[in-house]
Amino acid sequence: MTTSSLAYFSNDAIYACLAIFALAFFSHAVEVSWSVKNTSESDKTEFDFSRTDRAGRLGTAMMILGTIVLAVAVITRGLSAHRVPWGNMYEFSITGALMLNAAYLFAFTKYKVRWLGLPVSISVLLTLGTAITVLYRPSAPLVPALKSPWLAIHVLAAIISGGVFLVANLVAATYLVMDRYESKGGRPTWAAKLPSQDALDQLSYRLVAFVFPLWTFAVIAGAIWAESAWGKYWSWDPKETWAFITWVAYAAYLHARVTVGWRGRRAAWLCIFAGSTFLFNYIWVNIWGTGLHTYSGL
Amino acid sequence: MSEQKTMAPEIGSLALLRWAWRQLTSMRTALILLMLLGVAAIPGSLFPQRNQNPQKVDSYFTSDPTLAKWMDRFHLFNVYASPWFSAIYLLLFISLIGCVLPRTFHHLRAIGKVPPLTPRNLDRMEGYCTVETDSATALDRSLLWFKKNHFRVRIEGDSISAEKGYSRETGNLLFHLSLILILVGVALGSLLGMKGEAILNVGDRFINTPTSYDNISYGKFQGQGSLPPFALTVKDFVASYDAATGQPSNYVLTTDISNPLGTAPKRVIIKVNKPWTVGSTKVYLQANGYSPLVTIKDKSGHVTFNGPVIFLPQDANLSSLGAIKVPDMNPQIGFIASFIPTASSSAARGIFSTYPEVLDPRLVLSAWKGNLGLDSGTPQSVYSLNTAQMTKIGLKALTLGSTYDFGYGTITFDGWKAWVNLQIVDDPGKMYALFGALFAILGLLISLFTRQRRIWVKVGNGVEIAGLAKNGIPGLEADLTALTRALQEEVAE
Repeated sequence: MTTSSLAYFSNDAIYACLAIFALAFFSHAVEVSWSVKNTSESDKTEFDFSRTDRAGRLGTAMMILGTIVLAVAVITRGLSAHRVPWGNMYEFSITGALMLNAAYLFAFTKYKVRWLGLPVSISVLLTLGTAITVLYRPSAPLVPALKSPWLAIHVLAAIISGGVFLVANLVAATYLVMDRYESKGGRPTWAAKLPSQDALDQLSYRLVAFVFPLWTFAVIAGAIWAESAWGKYWSWDPKETWAFITWVAYAAYLHARVTVGWRGRRAAWLCIFAGSTFLFNYIWVNIWGTGLHTYSGL
Repeated sequence: MSEQKTMAPEIGSLALLRWAWRQLTSMRTALILLMLLGVAAIPGSLFPQRNQNPQKVDSYFTSDPTLAKWMDRFHLFNVYASPWFSAIYLLLFISLIGCVLPRTFHHLRAIGKVPPLTPRNLDRMEGYCTVETDSATALDRSLLWFKKNHFRVRIEGDSISAEKGYSRETGNLLFHLSLILILVGVALGSLLGMKGEAILNVGDRFINTPTSYDNISYGKFQGQGSLPPFALTVKDFVASYDAATGQPSNYVLTTDISNPLGTAPKRVIIKVNKPWTVGSTKVYLQANGYSPLVTIKDKSGHVTFNGPVIFLPQDANLSSLGAIKVPDMNPQIGFIASFIPTASSSAARGIFSTYPEVLDPRLVLSAWKGNLGLDSGTPQSVYSLNTAQMTKIGLKALTLGSTYDFGYGTITFDGWKAWVNLQIVDDPGKMYALFGALFAILGLLISLFTRQRRIWVKVGNGVEIAGLAKNGIPGLEADLTALTRALQEEVAE
């Protein structure tokens, strides 16, 4: 295949992903919302999940298929320009969506969190949809500042961290929604299948604790790269500043949990706040910010 | 009496100091300071900073001087060097040191020690259960299991107290001590470092002395005579662009460097991610642009100005803006000029550039006569013309080689040269910061992935086991199950 046809192939794969993740979202929605048809009307505590289990399994199959197709899209995008596919915001976004999926599938195999497919698939749909319509840029060589082995290391670490942070945020948000229901007298029937509040609380903490060292590494790798590209390892460029703020927020979250013993609602809010600083950095600083990290191509 | 009177406040202030120290080094204060540091970093990303974008700071001062003055009073244009930002991170690090050092000593003392005694009432602990097994050999067999799983153990008659995961605290302390090392590196860099910039046209020679720089700043304790003595000649600069998008794809700067000064020059290629290094000093290729070459003659044909003039790029297609000043004419002449590398024009935008490479250049001039204001004493930018005491006498777009007669003489657009902006930086603290950063990650990994727990085995009332996980971290149940299995398996055999 020629390089430009590879780029077109990558675009087609992204469109295919949109369809696959839409299907995944629909399957998960069916699974979650209809999973609680009671076998006997009188006994409301007994749930029959078997009837929509098939929808859930279809959802998982779609998530796996979508991840594979998305991986192909990202790889062919890189091949089309003979480089790692992290040269502009479109490419960051599709790789970010891939990492979000990977983080979900990892959490899925480890903690049996099929229900997370619902918020994850809609997030991926939104990310890919925005990427292909608003952020899209033709495949092109890298600008000189990005020509460095650190591109692969720094950006990959940052994107993986971002994917896991987002999953942790989705879990924390689910915790807060369920918390509201429980404080008002109990979860709605459709949410009966979700994990306990304790398990949700633990899961978001574990995801953050797992990926925090990687995020630290991403920031440090960025500093090492900045030293060789710009002459200063830290210059308080807006992107660096917000990466630092994200780091501080997650550090505070981990301390609050481990040392001070925060759990539940407060911890979930802090987790969501920290994740929002990451998103703010990605969206606001890339598109409207000034500074040295202006690679969005917009 | 008088002695007592003077003693009393001293004790009071000492107590106050101790109280303040305890407050400062408490976890709660450290957490608040940490969050505060994050919040304090925000304004610096929202407002332009003087050391990053001085032009934008200036525009704040011209558009609303009163507001800008007040913002400046709160150091909002220089957040990261401001007293309040420094105060937060210094307090945070004092708090950190006050917290981490005692813990380090405590941990070092605890390393050689055996685990604490088995608690009297095991049934109050987590995962308490009794195991159906032979109690006579239970202690020996659990000891075997503990040793195999790298627990440290304490045997006290009828019980074993075992503990694992001391390295959690080791990693934790390593992480925090490394943060202090990073700060030391940052401080060394800013106190002993140096940073300067120089713009050079292709063909120019740069000798590394303070006067060669366009701007240079030193750390507080850096001697000004300590620049490494080298000379650098810019031989060639090539910028390549992607034809489809116009984005730059490669910058290659070819230089001849004599290091030290007076030795035979060596050919050195400098690229964006490949600085040239001498000692702890590095030379970076930072930016580039165009310098149009012009010749200006007065009415008698006498050359009053000749050479390249550095213009500053304004957009991605390198439309560049600059000023040409000719003080040696009567009246003085100045030009506000833009250099358009590849010209195109439209009714709405006038003449503009469509590609960053020089394919079809124009030099668009607006000519002014009057007083350039160079003798007024206030320094002025070489890139802009102060037209306060001047009047406009003409406007012209020149193609390559053409000449414009502005009434008092002529200006000819002879050609162009590329210029490069070299950034020269010496940061002797960065290795400390790097090692601090690497140790910080190592410490973080150790502390986040080590699970500290205690397990007890007691015989007497059958075989009782129980455990305790620090910070309620999961994984204890798995250990207890494994131990139970180990105790029962042997019986089955």
